[in-house]
Amino acid sequence: MYDKGKVILGLAIFLCLASFPAWYIVLTGKGDYRPAPVLATSENQCVESKQYMREYHMQLLNQWRDDAVRNGRAIYTATDNRTYDINLTGTCLNCHSNKAEFCDSCHNYQGVAPNCWDCHNVPVMGK
Amino acid sequence: MMSAQKVVVPLSAVLALVLLACVGYVFAPLHYFMLVILPYLCGVIFIAGFIYRIIRWAQSPVPFNIPTVCGQEESLHWIRQDKQGSPSNYLQLTWRMLLEIFFFRSLFRNSKTEQAGQGRLVYGGNQWLWLGSLAFHWSLFVIIFRHLRFFTEPVPALVIWLTELDGILQLAIPTLFITDFVILAALTYLFIRRVAFAQARFISLPSDYLALFLILGVALSGVLMRSIFRVDLVAVKDLALSIITFRPSLNLSGSVGLPFFIHLLLVCCLLAYFPFSKMMHAPGVFFSPTRNMLNDSRRKRHVNPWDRPVRVHTYAEYEDEFRVQMKKAGLPLEIDEAGNK
Ligand code: HEC
Ligand code: HEC
Ligand code: HEC
Ligand code: HEM
Repeated sequence: MYDKGKVILGLAIFLCLASFPAWYIVLTGKGDYRPAPVLATSENQCVESKQYMREYHMQLLNQWRDDAVRNGRAIYTATDNRTYDINLTGTCLNCHSNKAEFCDSCHNYQGVAPNCWDCHNVPVMGK
Repeated sequence: MMSAQKVVVPLSAVLALVLLACVGYVFAPLHYFMLVILPYLCGVIFIAGFIYRIIRWAQSPVPFNIPTVCGQEESLHWIRQDKQGSPSNYLQLTWRMLLEIFFFRSLFRNSKTEQAGQGRLVYGGNQWLWLGSLAFHWSLFVIIFRHLRFFTEPVPALVIWLTELDGILQLAIPTLFITDFVILAALTYLFIRRVAFAQARFISLPSDYLALFLILGVALSGVLMRSIFRVDLVAVKDLALSIITFRPSLNLSGSVGLPFFIHLLLVCCLLAYFPFSKMMHAPGVFFSPTRNMLNDSRRKRHVNPWDRPVRVHTYAEYEDEFRVQMKKAGLPLEIDEAGNK
């Protein structure tokens, strides 16, 4: 092998970069962390099915926003014909009243920080 | 091969992979293979193949000092040296390599020669390829870097920061990323370039298209998965973390959908194919003698590592051997029998 030192250094850098997630997770020790969103409601059903909410709640919210702000609709009719007031704070956070332990627990895990709360209210948790 | 075939065969291969992912999705017993075994297998092939190729390259000798220079070499102190074009020390060389690696400097110098009318040659720059490939590679890098949010916990601030910067347009929810547009546009351009220009079409091989289609398939499935056919990203991250901690488990907080199966299978194939494909040009740039050598051959002798000691027979030895005969034949001698010049 020619330029042994340089080639081995290069390969070492490659291996460090390629294995970054593996050793980073060992360093932080959070490899087993899984978010456990706290429902904080006695209701047993969300606006749509649970799987749909997990996959599409951001698009549902987008639709709600367009409906409310652009199309002047105030009521959302779900697939099972139940109706909900279109309201981020008043509806979603009425059931999911603990934003930090519900919405945020997932969002921190995913590394997203929706900017909705720059303008929308977060209800203060009642004791 | 006919040129249509050169496109159709690799395209069918990628479509077949998509179909295979559907099969793997429909048959639940295959899930463990698709989501756990395959990623490990392809990861190992990628890393082992990558190292193997590099060691093979490192074993190849460089017989000559062949930097492709494009500027004045280091000379007398009052002649200005082109330090990037013709580096003579390692600092200059590092700078030249960095420009090459991060900004594809030599591709920027791409030129075209065209015939303008009757036998008149016109030379000009052609930076479109440079622009397209720079846009493509940088987007790819940013996208892969952003994907770290699936593989790290807590997500490093730099990853979040870059994700927010990339989504700064705040178009739609989920936010569309600038790099998603750019990578799709750039890949489309790179493909069209190959089929639309006769010269590029002629030298393109099925393997060129395969790499393009694989990456296009990965990017397209990713963008569609983000914007239309969403999957449960929390479950995806559960899976990703379980894999990188070497405690694989399909015991996820939700189920990952078909789009993810397609995306992952294409990524796995891309990884496994990488070390054996032209995509190895990524580490290859470090091994390019035309880029990584100093232009100092007038100052320092480049010893060809291939050289064996050559058995030579000098003229002096020749004369020693045939002096008597030469003398008899009346040939001039440099040194006669008495040892006089
Ligand atoms: C009527 C009360 C109620 C309202 C209003 C409501 N949710 Fe839910 N939500 C629930 C319940 C109950 C569940 C758990 C469903 C289950 O387990 O089947 C849930 C589940 C979810 C989940 C999945 C959580 C998990 O752990 O998988 C998400 C995400 C979610 N809701 C978001 C929202 C959003 C966004 C809104 C506003 C558009 C909203 N919810 C409005 C009651 C509600
Ligand atoms: C720049 C401030 C701002 C931001 C950021 C913002 N909104 Fe709004 N939003 C508004 C305003 C103003 C209204 C109209 C309120 C009204 O008509 O009463 C509204 C209305 C809505 C509505 C319908 C009515 C209501 O009060 O809920 C929804 C749903 C909604 N926004 C969702 C979102 C979501 C989801 C996000 C984050 C992705 C978000 N908004 C971010 C300002 C904002
Ligand atoms: C089960 C986990 C989970 C829960 C609970 C949850 N989210 Fe999300 N949320 C996600 C994921 C995953 C994303 C997508 C992140 C991405 O696209 O990178 C997301 C994205 C969003 C987005 C779009 C962000 C963007 O920039 O694209 C909004 C808005 C949002 N969630 C609102 C809410 C609200 C409001 C709640 C609480 C009522 C909530 N979410 C609860 C997992 C969750
Ligand atoms: C060569 C490697 C890869 C490339 C080029 C790639 C490309 C993409 C692209 C372009 C997107 C669109 C959204 C975005 O830009 O974030 C995307 C999304 C996605 N990718 Fe990949 N990907 C790669 C590897 C992976 C791997 C290994 C995983 C496994 C965890 C993965 C999981 C996902 C998921 C879950 C999404 C959806 C993200 C969302 O909805 O926000 N990708 N990918």
